[in-house]
Amino acid sequence: MSKVKKRWIVGLFILVVLVISSIYLSKVNIPVLEPKGPIADQEFRLLLEVTGLMLIVVLPVFILLGYIVYRYSDQNKKKRPYSPNWDHNLLVEGIWWFIPTALIVVLAIITWRATYALNPYKPIASNNAPIVIQVVSMDWKWLFIYPKYNIATVNKIVFPVNTPVHFYITSNAPMNSLWIPQLSGQIYAMAGMRTQLYIMANQIGNYRGSSANISGIGFAGMVFDAQATTNNIFNAWIRKVSSSPPLNKASYLQLSKPSLYVKPKYYSRPIPNLFNDLVLSYLMPKYEQRKIGIAWIN
Amino acid sequence: MDKLNYFASFWLGKLNLKALPPNAIQMGGAIMIVSILIGLLLFITFTKRWKWLYKEWLTTQDPKKIGVMYILVALGMLLRGGADVALLRTQQSISVGHNMGILSASHFQQIVSAHGTIMIFFVAMGLMFGLINLIVPMQIGARDVAFPFLNATGFWLFFAGMILVNASLVLGDFAATGWLAYPPLSELKYSPTVGVDYWIWSLEIAGAGSLMAGINFIVTILKMRVKGMSFMKMPMFVWSVLGAMFLVAFAFPILTVTLSLLALDRDLGTHFFTAGGGGNMMMYVNLIWAWGHPEVYILVLPSFGIFSEIVATFSRKKLFGYSSMVWAIAAIVLLSFTVWLHHFFTMGAGSNVNGFFGIMTMIIAIPTGVKLFNWLFTMYRGKIKLDSTLLWFIGFVVIFTIGGMAGVLLAVPPIDYQLHNSLFLVAHFHMMIVGGVLFGDFAGISYWFPKIFGFKLNERLGRLVFWFWFVGFLVAFIPLYILGFMGATRRLDHYSAGLGWQALFVVAAFGVVLIGIGVGLQILQIVVSIKDRRKLRDVSGDPWNGRTLEWSTPSPVPFYSFARLPLVSERDAFWAAKRLKQKDTRPYEDISIPKNTPLSMVIAGGAFALGFGIVWHIWWMAILGLVIIIVTIIVRSMDEHTEYILPAAEVERLDRMYAAGGSN
Repeated sequence: MSKVKKRWIVGLFILVVLVISSIYLSKVNIPVLEPKGPIADQEFRLLLEVTGLMLIVVLPVFILLGYIVYRYSDQNKKKRPYSPNWDHNLLVEGIWWFIPTALIVVLAIITWRATYALNPYKPIASNNAPIVIQVVSMDWKWLFIYPKYNIATVNKIVFPVNTPVHFYITSNAPMNSLWIPQLSGQIYAMAGMRTQLYIMANQIGNYRGSSANISGIGFAGMVFDAQATTNNIFNAWIRKVSSSPPLNKASYLQLSKPSLYVKPKYYSRPIPNLFNDLVLSYLMPKYEQRKIGIAWIN
Repeated sequence: MDKLNYFASFWLGKLNLKALPPNAIQMGGAIMIVSILIGLLLFITFTKRWKWLYKEWLTTQDPKKIGVMYILVALGMLLRGGADVALLRTQQSISVGHNMGILSASHFQQIVSAHGTIMIFFVAMGLMFGLINLIVPMQIGARDVAFPFLNATGFWLFFAGMILVNASLVLGDFAATGWLAYPPLSELKYSPTVGVDYWIWSLEIAGAGSLMAGINFIVTILKMRVKGMSFMKMPMFVWSVLGAMFLVAFAFPILTVTLSLLALDRDLGTHFFTAGGGGNMMMYVNLIWAWGHPEVYILVLPSFGIFSEIVATFSRKKLFGYSSMVWAIAAIVLLSFTVWLHHFFTMGAGSNVNGFFGIMTMIIAIPTGVKLFNWLFTMYRGKIKLDSTLLWFIGFVVIFTIGGMAGVLLAVPPIDYQLHNSLFLVAHFHMMIVGGVLFGDFAGISYWFPKIFGFKLNERLGRLVFWFWFVGFLVAFIPLYILGFMGATRRLDHYSAGLGWQALFVVAAFGVVLIGIGVGLQILQIVVSIKDRRKLRDVSGDPWNGRTLEWSTPSPVPFYSFARLPLVSERDAFWAAKRLKQKDTRPYEDISIPKNTPLSMVIAGGAFALGFGIVWHIWWMAILGLVIIIVTIIVRSMDEHTEYILPAAEVERLDRMYAAGGSN
């Protein structure tokens, strides 16, 4: 087979692969690239912007590589200039110290601004008051407490569309990371610490949430459903959950036992102050916990 | 009965029959590793090679032989780490929806952790230290390293750590925590088995070995350069190794301390990193990455150095922008200690903290980009010989650039929130470590192989190996970028159906098959080359028209390296010498050479006993190991006759013989 023919076949093969994969990818859901809320949307735009800027340096590298290897290869029979001792040129070296530096300066400015703008602790501007949800990662499920509505759920949250949700996050177990890619980036859940995250959905839908940090054998099953819906459906859901069994000491202790691939569960009237007491309990020794009556909690 | 229990727990600690593998797959792994070991021992016994092995290899202080042993261990571990991958990707291709796959979650997670640990500590580090041992002394015109005994001990500690990791296949289990074992998951409360202890102690031991090797090579490069080789005349590989070894010297103590604190938590009940009791897990995460990020540069800098040598040689042209390259290395060394926090932007630090570390991370892209342009312009106006050795470089540029782009994305904190701990991240760092580090080491092996063994590797197979690795690698990792965008996190042993992930995992697994064929061909390449060694023999000592001092010696290089120390007056000293065609008429001199000693091995044996003893709480064994180490060090320091003299007349005789093309 001639070299040219071989190249055609390789090229054709790559083309076929590209076509098949783009057809496949157009049919599946790619959450990070299909944001459904303002935070994830800005993060996605930032991703495109930074990628575009980097191509300014990366494309020349690829073109130069191909060009130089082709032109100066000794398999190329045409006569080419050969300067075996040319090893220094202040101007050209200056240029390629300068170009990446200039690019990084631009990227640095973008990064600095974006880091402030997309600080996960920053409230989302909205006419609707945020809904507070306290999140506890447990072995191996997520407990969500709605303090204002006096309910709690496991592996399922519902909230109205176009309304910010304010998560307070901690862990009753090894470290986890709360991630709903279509709505926003992730943040760690750590025992004895409280992190925060604001999200908002601007489209009705069910979004997949999961833990992004390994936390033991049930980690792969720490998946939950985040449902953004209308105010009416949300209120109806709250009423329905309010009639569930209570999250008292007994049911909490039952729940905190390790369990795998947990289906959604609903509780009413969670123990008051459960979230804060849990964070606190990891910050003090047992005898101190007993003094203030939170020793039972972990 | 109580007495018997007491007796057993004194002698065996926590070790009992339950430590044997619990299921068929794990048992299979154990049987395989044990039978490989027995097979090796039987082979050596039947071919009557014990004496030869002991005299020529196990007790050697010659850095060239130590280098070969490093590389052999590393290649063996590459097979182990690769077998791990085969299991992981098989599981992920089938464990969807109702199908739970072939591995239990715990076993899957152990394999994940073992794969990472082995590939970094015992493959990448092993290949790197192997090539450094082989080449750095020769490139600076030295016959030996500064501290040969320390160097040999470093290797044997690396070996002991390797044995300890693999022992976990047979007795007990391995950490199921990911390769960096974040607490509180790695604390006793959540990981009560010996797995994490195996992880801690194999890294403690291997890490101590790395620190020794690092110190040895800093001193070697600073103090043992041949007369005339000033800093700015050193080959670029030597510069990059110097940078990497400074990183080793500053970073590895952090690892040692961090692991020790975790061990104290587990064995003595302290609360450095525990959840509760005043422990702080994020302290561990900070510390481990204060070692872990420099570690990446420890691995990649020597590879950069190898590429610098190869690009210049195969373009038959001087390296472009030498001083730029040196400053770029210096910049990378300094910056690599200022970016560790980018591994956990998602812990909830403030914007100024995240912004600072994000920008510092991007700044590293500048010197790296400069190096890339310098390599390209080394090829510009050269005469490029497209050997398989250079193909690795071209593959590296393609993969490293794509991976680097992904890296800059991850350096922007808000983008990182979306991609952290996803398979996008996994694809990124594999592109850096496989494309950057491993490809460089492979290029180095095929480049320097004739110098060490006296014959070249089969070129046709070499090209095939490259193409399988390169294409296989892209097929295995491009889908992971997409999976990351699809929300797939790392270390998942199972996922629900209907996410569209399975097809991509299957493609990735196919990529692993292609890489596997590449590895098979690599083994075939070595076998075929050994068979054809007469045809592939390098009689000149300089098969690639090299530029640096190692090529001035005959191939295979004699044990004393240089009969007469080389003369250096400019950069690329051997290239200059070839041009001047001067005949060396200086008289030969006596050479002092370190004597062989088994004590390095004894120290490593003690370290293994110490580690294994602590893992299983067999305290007499741990104490015995410690005593062995201390006594051996004392005995060794009393010995004042650690070298012997090779007389000038003998050097002359050997040199004439090698010059005439003879071999010993």
